[in-house]
Amino acid sequence: MKYMILIHSNPASREAWERFSDAERGEGMGAYAALNEDLAESGELIVTEALAEASTGKRVTVQNGRTLTSDGPFAEAKEQLAGFYLVDCETIDRAIEIAARVPGVPPLEVEVRPVLSYGGTEM
Amino acid sequence: MKLNPDVEDLLRELAPQVLGLLVRRYGDFDACEDALQEALLAAATQWPSEGVPVNPKGWMITVASRRWTEQRRSESARYRREATVASTQLREAALPGSAADDTLTLLFLCCHPSLTTLPSQVTLTLRAVGGLNTAEIARALLLPKATVGQRISRAKQRIKVSGARFVMPSEVELPERLGAVLRVLYLIFNEGSTASSGPALHRVELTTEAIRLTRLLLDRLPEDGEVAGLLALMLLTDARQAARTRPDGSLVPLGEQDRSLWDARAIGEGVALITQTLATAPIGPYQVQAAIAAVHDEAASSEDTDWPQILRLYDLLRTIEPGPMVTLNRVVAVAMVHGPNVGLKELSGAETDPALAGHHRTSAVRAHLLDMAGDRETALTHYRRAARMTLSIPERRYLTSRARELTTGGAADHQIERGPQ
Repeated sequence: MKYMILIHSNPASREAWERFSDAERGEGMGAYAALNEDLAESGELIVTEALAEASTGKRVTVQNGRTLTSDGPFAEAKEQLAGFYLVDCETIDRAIEIAARVPGVPPLEVEVRPVLSYGGTEM
Repeated sequence: MKLNPDVEDLLRELAPQVLGLLVRRYGDFDACEDALQEALLAAATQWPSEGVPVNPKGWMITVASRRWTEQRRSESARYRREATVASTQLREAALPGSAADDTLTLLFLCCHPSLTTLPSQVTLTLRAVGGLNTAEIARALLLPKATVGQRISRAKQRIKVSGARFVMPSEVELPERLGAVLRVLYLIFNEGSTASSGPALHRVELTTEAIRLTRLLLDRLPEDGEVAGLLALMLLTDARQAARTRPDGSLVPLGEQDRSLWDARAIGEGVALITQTLATAPIGPYQVQAAIAAVHDEAASSEDTDWPQILRLYDLLRTIEPGPMVTLNRVVAVAMVHGPNVGLKELSGAETDPALAGHHRTSAVRAHLLDMAGDRETALTHYRRAARMTLSIPERRYLTSRARELTTGGAADHQIERGPQ
């Protein structure tokens, strides 16, 4: 079963990251690397990425067939998607176990969402 | 360089046999698998233009062995260190067995406990025993190729590092290892039963593969009731495949399936197998599940289904392998035997189990029973709830359409949903 682990940043976490020393940042990166390595080793990792700051992105809409963009983030967005893991594991409990290893939580917030599948049970 | 399908099938059949032989001869699973892949590539490149050799297996073994030796020579320092290990493994290897024995040993190796997760075991089994390449596995499991490639190389490394040898598990290890193998085979089968949304271009039939491997397993372990039970369960489930989905991809519930589309030959084989097994082997969960499938498959029509027998079988299953889905399926059987109101009472009792309380299938069963009992409004609420919560897209579609039928209550919509009769 596939699960999305969504990592949300907020003003508190962004501020904390700003204040980290190089050593502290290195430690955080090391923890991510170890988690990624373990998930690759177990075969549970499908993909993981860190996202650039929301202000570097664009909001997209379509009006009258024209694509319109404006600078991200959404107005008043305190919470931003900072990164994600897409994993393939056996139960949600396992996905939660993985999510609990994401460094920097709290103040980062982590969400686990099951992925819809095309598998159908016989009714 | 497109191979014709017969040659592809041939290579897939030969791959595990050749791998088994190489590992028995040289010991290093990882390096042998690499050598095999190179031989497969060579075959795919040369055979279309030069023709399939008279002895294709011998050709593959020769080429793979040559590659293996070349690789070893280029890593000469490492070779000297590892030669001792390899020769130890060779001494320990069993007397030369048949190709089927080697494939079986490989199957057990792919479910070695050093591979700690099912995804890992499944992927390696499909590769080493199924003979599927990375792209085929990726398409079959709906995963990116990179993920599959990563999994395979890590799994091979793990096997190597664990020091697992190319021999059948010992008597002490066998029961648990066999349990892992059966789990993997059943998972492969279920993956194959997935109703895929897109066209299945070049998609290897996982169900066929799972059945083939389980047959092989049964052939070597004919006394094992659970292996036979699993094979029977697969045959009896796969027999209904053609009737399970409509052309538009929507699900047809068991009670409404066109039984003329069921595979009578597969049903015959499955029923005979489970009947014989139940008479001779100690009982186990796969056998009971197969027996339940047999009762369904033997009924000429939905109305002819022997529900009291199915209920007895779920009572049995509940004692030997209890679980939330068994409980729910049993509730349905209770309703079919004693009526929906008794079923609903049973369901309320079952919901004290936290695993069932919030589950979408609990809502789906409740909705179905309420519908049966004539309480359309409450049924509607629960169909909607189940539809929101289910993780299966085809199931969601089915539950939504049931809900819609209850709102309109119209025969017209009923007709549209069901399609031409």
